Amino acid sequence: MTAHRSPLTAHESDLRARIEATNDFVVKFANVNGSGSASANELFARSILRMGVPVSPRNIFPSNIQGLPTWYEVRVSERGWLGRRGGVDLMVAMNPQTWDADLTEIEPGGYLFYDSTRPLPASKFRDDVHVLGMPLTAICNRTYADARQRQLFKNIMYLGALSVLLGIDADEIQRLFAEQYKGKEKLLDSNVRALELGREHAQQHLPPIGLHVRRADNVGDKIFVDGNVAAALGCVYGGATVCAWYPITPSSSLAEAFQKYCMKYRVDPETGRNRFAIVQAEDEIASIGMVVGAGWNGARAFTTTAGPGISLMSEFIGLAYFAEIPVTLIDVQRGGPSTGMPTRTQQSDVLACAYASHGDTKHVLLFPEDPHECFEFAAQALDLADRLQTPVFVLTDLDIGMNQRLTAPFVWDDARDYDRGKVMTAEELEAGKDFGRYKDVDGDGIPYRTYPGTHAERGAYFTRGTSRDPYARYSERGPDYVYNMERLLKKWDTAKSLVPQPHLRGTSGEARDGVIYYGSTSPAMSEAIELLGKDSLVLDTLRVRAFPFPDVVGEFIRRHERVFVVEQNRDGQLRTLLINEFGIDPARLVAILHYDGTPVTARFIAGAIGERVRRAAPTGRVAS
Amino acid sequence: MTYITKPKLHHPTLACNAIGFTRRDYEGKISTLCAGCGHDSISAAIIQACWELDIEPHRVAKLSGIGCSSKTPDYFLGQSHGFNTVHGRMPSVLTGANLANRDLLYLGVSGDGDSASIGIGQFVHAIRRGVNMVYVVENNGVYGLTKGQFSATADQGSKSKKGVVNTDSPLDLVGLAMQLGATYVARGFSGDKTQLVPLIKGAIAHKGAAFIDVISPCVAFNNHAGSTKSYEYVREHNEAVNRLDFIDVRAEITVDYAEGEIVDVTQHDGSIVRLRKLSADFNAHDRVGAMNYVHARQAKGEVVTGLLYVDPDAHDLHEHFNTTEVPINRLGVKELSPGIAALEKINAGLR
Repeated sequence: MTAHRSPLTAHESDLRARIEATNDFVVKFANVNGSGSASANELFARSILRMGVPVSPRNIFPSNIQGLPTWYEVRVSERGWLGRRGGVDLMVAMNPQTWDADLTEIEPGGYLFYDSTRPLPASKFRDDVHVLGMPLTAICNRTYADARQRQLFKNIMYLGALSVLLGIDADEIQRLFAEQYKGKEKLLDSNVRALELGREHAQQHLPPIGLHVRRADNVGDKIFVDGNVAAALGCVYGGATVCAWYPITPSSSLAEAFQKYCMKYRVDPETGRNRFAIVQAEDEIASIGMVVGAGWNGARAFTTTAGPGISLMSEFIGLAYFAEIPVTLIDVQRGGPSTGMPTRTQQSDVLACAYASHGDTKHVLLFPEDPHECFEFAAQALDLADRLQTPVFVLTDLDIGMNQRLTAPFVWDDARDYDRGKVMTAEELEAGKDFGRYKDVDGDGIPYRTYPGTHAERGAYFTRGTSRDPYARYSERGPDYVYNMERLLKKWDTAKSLVPQPHLRGTSGEARDGVIYYGSTSPAMSEAIELLGKDSLVLDTLRVRAFPFPDVVGEFIRRHERVFVVEQNRDGQLRTLLINEFGIDPARLVAILHYDGTPVTARFIAGAIGERVRRAAPTGRVAS
Repeated sequence: MTYITKPKLHHPTLACNAIGFTRRDYEGKISTLCAGCGHDSISAAIIQACWELDIEPHRVAKLSGIGCSSKTPDYFLGQSHGFNTVHGRMPSVLTGANLANRDLLYLGVSGDGDSASIGIGQFVHAIRRGVNMVYVVENNGVYGLTKGQFSATADQGSKSKKGVVNTDSPLDLVGLAMQLGATYVARGFSGDKTQLVPLIKGAIAHKGAAFIDVISPCVAFNNHAGSTKSYEYVREHNEAVNRLDFIDVRAEITVDYAEGEIVDVTQHDGSIVRLRKLSADFNAHDRVGAMNYVHARQAKGEVVTGLLYVDPDAHDLHEHFNTTEVPINRLGVKELSPGIAALEKINAGLR
């Protein structure tokens, strides 16, 4: 680890100063969407991974198919920091539309790589940025006759040039090509050729730069996958058989991945028949309705959506809560409200999900921090939904869902069985066991249910969204209604011990201040804690992994004078939940909020917390 | 929905069907609908049809939305699981339930408000998908439970009880169902049980999306002069295109008909729907012809009833999805989890 960027250098605007960093820098590609840049950019990230150096790429893309600006930001970090750092060390500026904005993002002493086919006036550059011009269009035009090839191989060519500049092993890229174009030798050869053209040009014409990739061994057995694929696979392993969904960014790829994995792993080898049913429904209301119907009838079912879908599903969510039907919803959050920012990330559906639907409702929420937990929580949500007979939400977001992330490998135990919850069997009914669909017989608030068709004379009941007595008979009697609502609260208490427990880190109570965070904020938070620590600012941290909050969350808050709640929304939605559920003095919970649609950075968190601390204690320490 | 417990006394001479059940065994709670409500006659027809078909009550799942009609599943098949869902959304819940367990009989009961207004989208798409179900709309042209507002099936120019004239065009559910690919489409009248019971039986035996529009007068809010959904109006304007006899697989065909008068339709399970033609120029196998016929008669103020269209070789959603014969709600971790070995391969492929 040889990252050197003293704060002083960063403030100098001296052309001679240049950023020198090995295995610790940020490269950003500015492209036009639909130009085929995505696969070249992904190859760039993967080739560095193959050299044993952790990377975390992020797509910043428009809600559009062709012609609008798109970016791919790759953080290279031997230390394994996977959050966004903030700032850009090398900008690969391939989009004239965004040139000016892209230029300003570069750190002083950083680098600008661009297509120099058309000369640009000096005013288009910065004095404190090193410029690397390569006539990509000219080279492509003279090499390829076909227009599409000219476009596509431009991307591969800059990949070749960057591999020379940064010292990325070309063999690793070639191996990746070989894996990608297995059986398509023609494509393989043409890609290798374009790569070589790029490399040759860079070797002959471009000056060396201060950013380098050096082979390391810090990737280990980690896998590189996005959260939507991971959650889909979690649903396959977790035994989901019915998926009903409606296309919506950023969740569509989850349903599509579920389909793909089902086709591969869920076809009965003997009969060729499918052990799954996937419906692309007419809308989100129908999606959740199908999930409710399937859950009622004993199949594990889920839907996947984003904020607007949650709004539409609300009525059914209330029905599933009140009639006690297992439902799993995966909400890949995006920028709201309304259509909001469909291709940007946020954690802004927390309250909408926690209290979805009219009347008194509360719902179980799980907050995965990365694809590994997306897999685990998706499978666990299906268990929890059956166990608790209620809707369970997995709240991921676009940052986790649609970006490939280095994450711990998926884990499964073949001895693991599904928890189907309290289902009364035909034998139990035959033996005369008392069946009260909404009766609390075990003292945990969870009643027994029967699947339709179980027994000829016993166990049938009428499911409804209206109030009922413990034997599922329609009733508007006050005591019946109150019994039921109180039982649902008891069930809520039971849920606290069943959901994933929070992760605590820190000083076992010595620190005066604490931090609470959740979901995709996690990697940036970990790094921010280290940044603050360098400044002798020590904080205890608690990562909330589920709602309802286990008691330990309340204890954590009470143990600290002040708790920062870091979130990616405007209104501090988790903070509101904490205040509401624990009855805590709001003054003790300080909101640290980042909600411009980009993933939160370590610098932002460290800066914001550091500033609060400075403001509170003027003689105190200063964060970076 | 009632507090009154129904006595469980059985008359010793009540006839039993082949599986030993009396008609009483197919009943539910006492109806709380208005005396004379058409919906109660439909419940009685469903009871009769299930009893005659020797269906085990617990093998039926009855689902509904919200409204007077949607309350009725509580009044029949007390030994079946029932689900009174949310307004207009019964079709999606039924679809999901059907996917979970293909072995049950799915009976969806809805009204014209529930299906033609708030739920028209779900009605349309459940039909399109070919969900194997019996979908009954108890159609009275009016919102009963909220006291008399027009529904989307109310005819243009018809008058409400308060004297308001409906200016909107009516939505024609049978026409829609035929256009959308329903493979069994019928229209009945709650006042004609002899016609309705075989229509329901044929629908139950049908494998695919079966839809029955039953004109079912609302005695409280839509049975007055000027209404086109009143008993009197429908009796006067009912044009039955055929008479249906439903012949069970096991039953012997004994009745003789004059040649040319009857058409036998053998359904998927071997049962036969025998149509006695009442209209010489109507053919229940001709979807487009049937749509034209119904619409032409409708334009003249007639209400065409009978079996309007049937495709005996229909396919259902499970066939489209190629799902296992074993209901998927019975599959366990052994059949569903690909296992550690596969996961290790997946992990390796992501490095």
